Amino acid sequence: MSSGKHLKGVHVNHCKNTAGVQIIPMALPEKVYIPMSMHIGAPCKPLVAVGDHVKVGQLIANCDAPVSAPIHSSVSGDVEAIEVFMTQNGRPDTNIIIKVDGKQEIAETVKPPVINSKEDFVKAVRDSGLVGLGGASFPMSIKYNTKPGQVDTLILNGAECEPYITVDHAAMLAHAQEMVDGMRTAMKWLGIARGVIGIESNKPDAIAKFKSILSGADDIKVCELRQIYPQGAERVIIYETTGRHLIAGKLPADVGCIVSNVTSMLKLQQFLATGMPLVTKFLTVDGNAIARPQNVEVPIGTMICDLIEFCGGIKEGVEVKKILLGGPMMGRAIPRDDFAILKSNNAVLCFDGTFAQQNKETACINCGRCVNGCPMNLMPARLSRAYKDKNVDMLREYNVMTCMDCGCCTYSCPARKQLNFEIKQAKLLVMEDDKKKKAKAEAEAKAAEEAKANEQKGEAK
Amino acid sequence: MSAFVTPVLLTVVVGLIAAVLLAVAAKFMAVPVDETAVKIRECLPGANCGACGFAGCDDYAAALAKDPTIKTNLCVPGADGVAAMVAGVLGQEALDVIEMIANVQCSGVCDATKPEMDYQGLKTCSAVKSFFGGPGTCKYGCIGFGDCTRACLYDAISVCNGVAKVDRSICAGCGACAKVCPQGIINLVPDVMRVHVECSSKDKGKKVMDACKAGCIGCKKCENTCKFDAIHVENNIAVIDYAKCKNCGMCAKECPRHIITVFPKPNVKPIVHVDEK
Repeated sequence: MSSGKHLKGVHVNHCKNTAGVQIIPMALPEKVYIPMSMHIGAPCKPLVAVGDHVKVGQLIANCDAPVSAPIHSSVSGDVEAIEVFMTQNGRPDTNIIIKVDGKQEIAETVKPPVINSKEDFVKAVRDSGLVGLGGASFPMSIKYNTKPGQVDTLILNGAECEPYITVDHAAMLAHAQEMVDGMRTAMKWLGIARGVIGIESNKPDAIAKFKSILSGADDIKVCELRQIYPQGAERVIIYETTGRHLIAGKLPADVGCIVSNVTSMLKLQQFLATGMPLVTKFLTVDGNAIARPQNVEVPIGTMICDLIEFCGGIKEGVEVKKILLGGPMMGRAIPRDDFAILKSNNAVLCFDGTFAQQNKETACINCGRCVNGCPMNLMPARLSRAYKDKNVDMLREYNVMTCMDCGCCTYSCPARKQLNFEIKQAKLLVMEDDKKKKAKAEAEAKAAEEAKANEQKGEAK
Repeated sequence: MSAFVTPVLLTVVVGLIAAVLLAVAAKFMAVPVDETAVKIRECLPGANCGACGFAGCDDYAAALAKDPTIKTNLCVPGADGVAAMVAGVLGQEALDVIEMIANVQCSGVCDATKPEMDYQGLKTCSAVKSFFGGPGTCKYGCIGFGDCTRACLYDAISVCNGVAKVDRSICAGCGACAKVCPQGIINLVPDVMRVHVECSSKDKGKKVMDACKAGCIGCKKCENTCKFDAIHVENNIAVIDYAKCKNCGMCAKECPRHIITVFPKPNVKPIVHVDEK
């Protein structure tokens, strides 16, 4: 297990105001807006037309590309329109707009999958429409489609290290048995011997619950993680639970691990048991501007404004100045509240002006706090300087691509420099440069080939 | 006495040896220099702006000296004067330079359009572009954080009232600003063309109306007015065909949104003072 050494991180204020609050299902909205790009990879194509009647769990969009996940209707109702507009990702996307009829009829196709082999299992995972629910939205079927013998550890990620968010905690308390069952099924079909459940030590009740379920079992172990952000990041939790290093550009399977979020595993188990694909999402709605902070089960495609309304709306006399999707460390601010909830969202946080002000940036004093905070042992201040100089070679030398955007550097910087933002831009710069280099190399190879072909022609003559 | 003689002698001897060594080195280790390239380089302005498509003035001069097929009129900032001198050095006929000038196709100043959000992140256009396409209501217009200003070697472009503005008397037409603009709204246009559509929004009329007081709504009034068939509405935006435009400015008078601008006649460029003796 863990080698005794730990990766660095920062101590954050947990602010888990909704800890232990049960997840309640949300009242159906009037309309849902389901975008076609809710996963990393190629966007799906709509399979329904305007005017069609759809039911809960019905397949409404799919894609042939290997890296993709199908999309199912989260409500029953009629397809009102298929339109292109901007989604919360900041890009325009095709949206299927469904007018809810309130009956919530379940589609005929929803029945438990029959699984007899590993291939069946991987196909079932794809059919469930599951993506990494922790926030990365990486299609789960790709993650689970491993080579035989490649993976020996299945890690269940219940760290939930981001402040404010408590849905995974609530889900663990309510559905621990199902999560363990799901893990055992996955381990059986994928031939994985060892399971680890990583939970941060600030959730002792969840740890106790899993320990009581797993008492006497030796296939799955509960690993108590320290209360240091970011324990839930993929690379960190792999190191903390198995002692293995996952370097940039590699997948967890390359070091013999699969990391799944606890809610992903729960949804997978529910799909295997009932056949209902991923159509709802657990979310924490919190922040100092929300009247009734709580954990909610939301149909995918619900507008954020409808969700906020369901949670009692905004406190009286408070003006919302900042809306975050996800936690305050890695979450994304959005400019309006009329965006739809996607598969990857796990929190909606609304804040008033006191939390929305960016402090004035001052000069770097080379104190090294960002270096001390970085779990990946990078030098954020150096990266920031190299980005300002647009020095791509130096960025590569300082391993900018290793950064996982956890935000520890920005959090710990006393000069209030937006280090993480700069590093994100720097990564885009490096990726652009890589593309250019690749295109150049391809063009050169093509030219060389043509020259060779011409030469051969000349010889033949 | 010897306290003075010894050091003086020593210095003189060391100096002599070094001089001989240097003279020998200069003779045997000399790097061959292309005389033509040096002469051409002297003609070029030396701003290293890259408008010619080469890495800088030295690179362009070397390429000209080596390859006779490379055109002598590529230096846009140097204009006709430099082209004539370069052609003179190479013994070729002088070619005309089409003077270019940068034009920002946006008139969405702070009074015309309002920001959609209170953006507090990194204040560069390329960074904010990755965040919901920019803070403005219009996603096509100038972001106004001045990436172009920082790229300009001549201080010819500045952000005034939220929109980048080109000082046409200074702009050398090198295109450095056009390369860095993430919105792609800075275009290089021939200096002689004086009528330009100052909007880039490809949104439909209603959306533009809501977003900006100074946006093209694609009403086609300009298209119907033009006698030379030079302006057309494509993708909800008026586009001028510079091959046909006669600078009459009739479209500008008709435009209900006042976004077609007629600039005064082009000035003589003051940046490069070429002695045309």
